[in-house]
Amino acid sequence: MSPPETDIALHLSDVLVQFGKTQLRFDCTIGRGQIVAVTGASGSGKSTLLNVIAGFETPDAGKVEILGENAAGRDPAERPVSVIFQEHNLFAHLDAGTNIGLGIDPALKLGVKEKAKIAAALLRVGLDGFGKRLPPTLSGGERQRVALARALVRRKPILLLDEPFAALDPGLRAGMANLLIDLHRQEGNTILIITHHPDDVRLMADSVLFLDQGRILLHEPAARFLDHTDIPAVARFLGR
Amino acid sequence: MGETTDCKRYKAIMIDRIERRLTLAAGALCLGGIVLFVCLAAGALLAFDEPGSAGDGALFDAYVFDAYVWRVARFTLLQASLSTILSILLAIPVARALARQPAFPGRVWIIRLMALPLGLPALVAALGLIGIWGRQGVLNTALVAIGLDQPVSIYGLSGILVAHVFFNMPLAARLMLGGLERIPGEYWLVGANLGMRPVSIFRFIEWPSIRGLLPGIAGLIFMLCATSFTLVLTLGGGPAASTIEVAIYQALRFDFDPPRAIALSLLQISVTSALLIAIRLLTPVADEGHGGGRTVRRFDGRDGFGRVGDWLVIALAVLFLALPLGSVVASGLRSDLVRLASDPVVQRALVTSVVIALVSGLLCVLSAALMIRARQAAFSPRRPLAIHRGLAAGISASSSLVLLVPPVVLGAGWFLLLRPLGDVARFAPLLVILINMLMALPFVYRVLEPAMATHTARTSRLAVSLGLGGWHRLRLIDWPGLCKPLLMALSFACALSLGDLGAVALFGSQDMVTLPWLLYSRMAGYRSTDAAGLALFLGLVCLVLTIAGTPRAGADGQRRKDVTA
Repeated sequence: MSPPETDIALHLSDVLVQFGKTQLRFDCTIGRGQIVAVTGASGSGKSTLLNVIAGFETPDAGKVEILGENAAGRDPAERPVSVIFQEHNLFAHLDAGTNIGLGIDPALKLGVKEKAKIAAALLRVGLDGFGKRLPPTLSGGERQRVALARALVRRKPILLLDEPFAALDPGLRAGMANLLIDLHRQEGNTILIITHHPDDVRLMADSVLFLDQGRILLHEPAARFLDHTDIPAVARFLGR
Repeated sequence: MGETTDCKRYKAIMIDRIERRLTLAAGALCLGGIVLFVCLAAGALLAFDEPGSAGDGALFDAYVFDAYVWRVARFTLLQASLSTILSILLAIPVARALARQPAFPGRVWIIRLMALPLGLPALVAALGLIGIWGRQGVLNTALVAIGLDQPVSIYGLSGILVAHVFFNMPLAARLMLGGLERIPGEYWLVGANLGMRPVSIFRFIEWPSIRGLLPGIAGLIFMLCATSFTLVLTLGGGPAASTIEVAIYQALRFDFDPPRAIALSLLQISVTSALLIAIRLLTPVADEGHGGGRTVRRFDGRDGFGRVGDWLVIALAVLFLALPLGSVVASGLRSDLVRLASDPVVQRALVTSVVIALVSGLLCVLSAALMIRARQAAFSPRRPLAIHRGLAAGISASSSLVLLVPPVVLGAGWFLLLRPLGDVARFAPLLVILINMLMALPFVYRVLEPAMATHTARTSRLAVSLGLGGWHRLRLIDWPGLCKPLLMALSFACALSLGDLGAVALFGSQDMVTLPWLLYSRMAGYRSTDAAGLALFLGLVCLVLTIAGTPRAGADGQRRKDVTA
């Protein structure tokens, strides 16, 4: 049994981020090993929430705790977090294997053991033998799989995904979601995923963070969220 | 009702057809004139036969393998290579520092400062550089003051290199900055998330994007340095440091040795053509960085060492660029500007310069616009005739033709061609106007072409469907839509002509003195206070005209959006 405080992967209290006149406030606690869907209209602050956790954005006030430790003053690389964006996750001039290798050592000093790790990660995302391929020769879905493989070799307990499937067509989306669930089961990591699709919520999420105008409006189990038609903003999101 | 509409449409189509033919004819005429002007000069060089000299074979034996000619050629390539390498090596840290510090105070102004040398007449810049790096300049005075008595020499190879770096380092840095700013923002975030150190960021993110631009940038700078005339003439300081262009000028103007001028001209044409082919084969030069635009979030260079290093690099670059400019302003203000302004020689030079600049600028813009329109007309049917396709190809190749034969070579050809007709100076105004017009043509073409393409795409079908044509379309649609780019192109062409020394140097005389020529004579005659005042004036006018003639980032982006929409 792990000590009780580490059962909490993320804890944000009174976090304030200001852009000119816009104020975003985040308060939430996310348990370890969950898959959390982050949803809400565009401009509601979803990406900012992820940026605050990843360390790309410094809050103007409040406290961010990651695995029980205060994250203030920690560089993005020092946080136990991997990030995957909608696109441009891979350096286009480096082949897939090298892109993954950068996750093991950012100066790219790789030995035989590390090379084996890269091959194994490619195998796990279903891209065995794709190591020498350059990103522009891969499909959008394949590129996202390589990004996922890099997150795997980094072995960070928290994975943040900012609309990772938005550029993929529906068939691929479902495949990617299933891959993500499989890997989650093996790794037991905590996943925050921004999505616009109720289907993603249904398929993957344990719980849902629903943002509206810079506030976390709801944080509840996915099943209950999907029945929430009493709140207009949620009803609009669910298309009802 | 239906019949009148049909009739109207038929009439519109007829007008359209006649207009198309006229446009094609006018474009062909312009192209023919340009080709004739260039080819006559080249022909004169090739066919020149000095009475008393043996045939072509002897000419080649005597001059092409002449030690002097080879030395000049070697020096030309050497200084161009060194200038290119230095400019690029120095531009990399500057571009990187500017890219890493998106919130640097006054960053936009620094980037604008880096665009200034492009609009500055080379002669004015040379004067500013002498003011800083010269024997009595700021640098050497400071060196002497701290007890060093080894002065830095601005004349010879080192001076030429300093001047070429002054002009081309900022150009290279701006192009590289453009490349760095086009890197997707996610790269910096991924790099930060993976914990890349500055060395890794340079190796995996920055360098690959700069590397892709290098062939284009290097080709461009090498071309500019290999055909540099004014800077080498003023800073070369003697026959030991002479480029082909300057040697042509000296062969004609001082030694009166036409065969040597011919040999050198042919050498120059082969060098420039080899360069043009090389540049064509390399990647095209990309857009410049503008310093505005979207905010880039970078996580390197935020703390201590990296930040101080970047500031130091930026400060040094700013000093290197701003000091000579400041020197021009300071010594210009010290000169007796009122006396200069009332000097009849200066006034006459001003009038001459303005008339030449305006006439050559107008000719240039008019012929470029006609040729671009003709090119559009040639492609307007879905299957253009072969002859029309040929015309269109000729028009787009014409700007390269102009680059192939630099002004001094062009001038040398016409010098030889007109000499049998009497005093060459009589033809000076016409030749200077035409040569200046040709010089500006590639630039004007590049400003006008995209603007006119957008305009045509927006308006041509509508105009035809409304039956608008001829004069009415020019007045109601074309002029309001195109007057801005046309005036911008004119402004740029005038600035080039106003600052030019190359063409005037060959033909200038007592009867035709332009401002740059006057400035050059005053510099050579050690009347340096006069020179300082003239330089300030000339520099200001050219800068204002160039700034007015440069498309702004926002307008450009808007245009691109319109094209894709």
